[in-house]
Amino acid sequence: MTTPQLGITLAGIRMKNPVMVASGTFGYGPEYADLVDLNRLGAIVVKGISLEPWGGNRTPRLVEVSGGLVNAIGLQNPGVQGFVAKYLPFLRHFDVPVIVNIWGKTAEEYAEVAARLDGTEGIAGLEINISCPNIKAGGSAFGTNLESTARVVGAVRRRTRLPIIPKLAPNVSDIAAFARCCVENGADALSLINSYPAMVIDIESRRPVLANVTGGLSGPAIHPIAVKLVYDAARAVKVPLIAIGGITQAREAIEFMIAGASAVAVGTANFTEPLTALEVVDGITRYLGAHGLASAGELVGTVRL
Amino acid sequence: MHVEEGSVVAHEPMGSAYRVLTLRLPRVAAQARPGQFVHLRLAMLSDAVLRRPFSIYRVDGDCVSILYKTIGRGTAAMKSIRLGDAMNVLGPLGNGFPLPTADAIALPVLVAGGYGVAPLYFLASRLPRTGLLFAGGATNADILCVECFQALGWDVRLATDDGSLGVRGLVTAPLDAWLGEARREPEFFACGPNGMLRAVGERAVAGGWKGWLSLDRHMGCGVGACLACVQMIRKDGVETLARVCKDGPIFESREVVWEPSEP
Repeated sequence: MTTPQLGITLAGIRMKNPVMVASGTFGYGPEYADLVDLNRLGAIVVKGISLEPWGGNRTPRLVEVSGGLVNAIGLQNPGVQGFVAKYLPFLRHFDVPVIVNIWGKTAEEYAEVAARLDGTEGIAGLEINISCPNIKAGGSAFGTNLESTARVVGAVRRRTRLPIIPKLAPNVSDIAAFARCCVENGADALSLINSYPAMVIDIESRRPVLANVTGGLSGPAIHPIAVKLVYDAARAVKVPLIAIGGITQAREAIEFMIAGASAVAVGTANFTEPLTALEVVDGITRYLGAHGLASAGELVGTVRL
Repeated sequence: MHVEEGSVVAHEPMGSAYRVLTLRLPRVAAQARPGQFVHLRLAMLSDAVLRRPFSIYRVDGDCVSILYKTIGRGTAAMKSIRLGDAMNVLGPLGNGFPLPTADAIALPVLVAGGYGVAPLYFLASRLPRTGLLFAGGATNADILCVECFQALGWDVRLATDDGSLGVRGLVTAPLDAWLGEARREPEFFACGPNGMLRAVGERAVAGGWKGWLSLDRHMGCGVGACLACVQMIRKDGVETLARVCKDGPIFESREVVWEPSEP
């Protein structure tokens, strides 16, 4: 029996395997480079970048709950210039596609970040964050409204030749409509899902635990929600999907692929076990071999109803 | 920094409210410096997605010990850890204390609040000279390791909120009494609650002495990726957000920008 082929080409981005690390959970690369062989990842999606440096929310920014965590980091980042100067040279040393998550407070800001990264050596694609639940302007304020989703994705499309991958919000009534809207406005692929809006209250003080009052739930708790949304989106559009939500081992990644995802990204589990993504790669390989499948692609969208 | 699987070689109570957990972790032990921490994965808490950070209390050969108190569901679950259990440890993490040289002029003055004594004991065990330890706690049950410091030749001064051991009051009471008549310049190394750290830091700044504070902030990843545990610091007049887990947990008193509401 031959070794299954894990390599894929997603929106023109060649990856050694379909397992990426999700934005906001892997920093900008150097943070985990001592522990994880970055060259073995399918791709790295770096933490959200805006036009100017941004300080994020006040602390506490993170609280663990059963089966997950609720975060309200607030997209703290060094700005596009800071990212290119401080982190991109490090990332260029590795043979792994770098996808930059971008965000803005206006559609024009998103487009400007995209334009500045267009043609920059070492960037394989852009993930458009229209779904962060933790900032007042931008983020999910765009991604839960079809008109503004169209405006942001269209504006970014006009300013870059890089593959663009909108990251969808889970808290919408019809994910198919948002998926189609993104594709109609030039999306090459879709990422889903972002964290789910959530809140934790301390019952003694009766105050919200997070300084931001609310945050976004991620981790195993949201996995079945993500599977359902990936399944819905896969039936609505033909572009490849990157599934995110509660992957802790290969089983959940395989489930996403069966539901219709071409690739997956490991998020919160990076904090629990930094080697999760590499373990998922090995687990998918074993699964494909055990089930007589020649490539990862043969698994995509094979759910039996 | 490693992810290392270690077996539990000791897990014993210390006094009535604390426990010491010792793991065989050759790779972590070889790298560990005082003031650094380890990030423990709690497999017995299967729904927990975050590791739990603990200051390194001792390093003896291949073994690393931590000192903990039951304060949340993580530390409550840790009570079930048995000898021989395997635990997944990420570490050593953080910057650690700067180690004064044997010929440094300043006297090392350690200030501990409760189990904040843990990294200070590791520090004392690695210093080429002795100095003073000021330790404070709510009651005598919260004053730990006094004999260990005395065995190393350290002068120990104590304070408890209820007066059950040492001076009644905060640890700053015996500290201020000593500062009033000190003939040698101190260099502070402190670990404990925010209020205590801030008080030590204020004294360091006022006296023109160095003061190294071990900050405790709610952490996520432990390696600087998630940006949960940020702290405003001032360097060269510029305020920036530092990551307590990666850029700290040790900061010099002058760097720390305390929030008006803290503590």
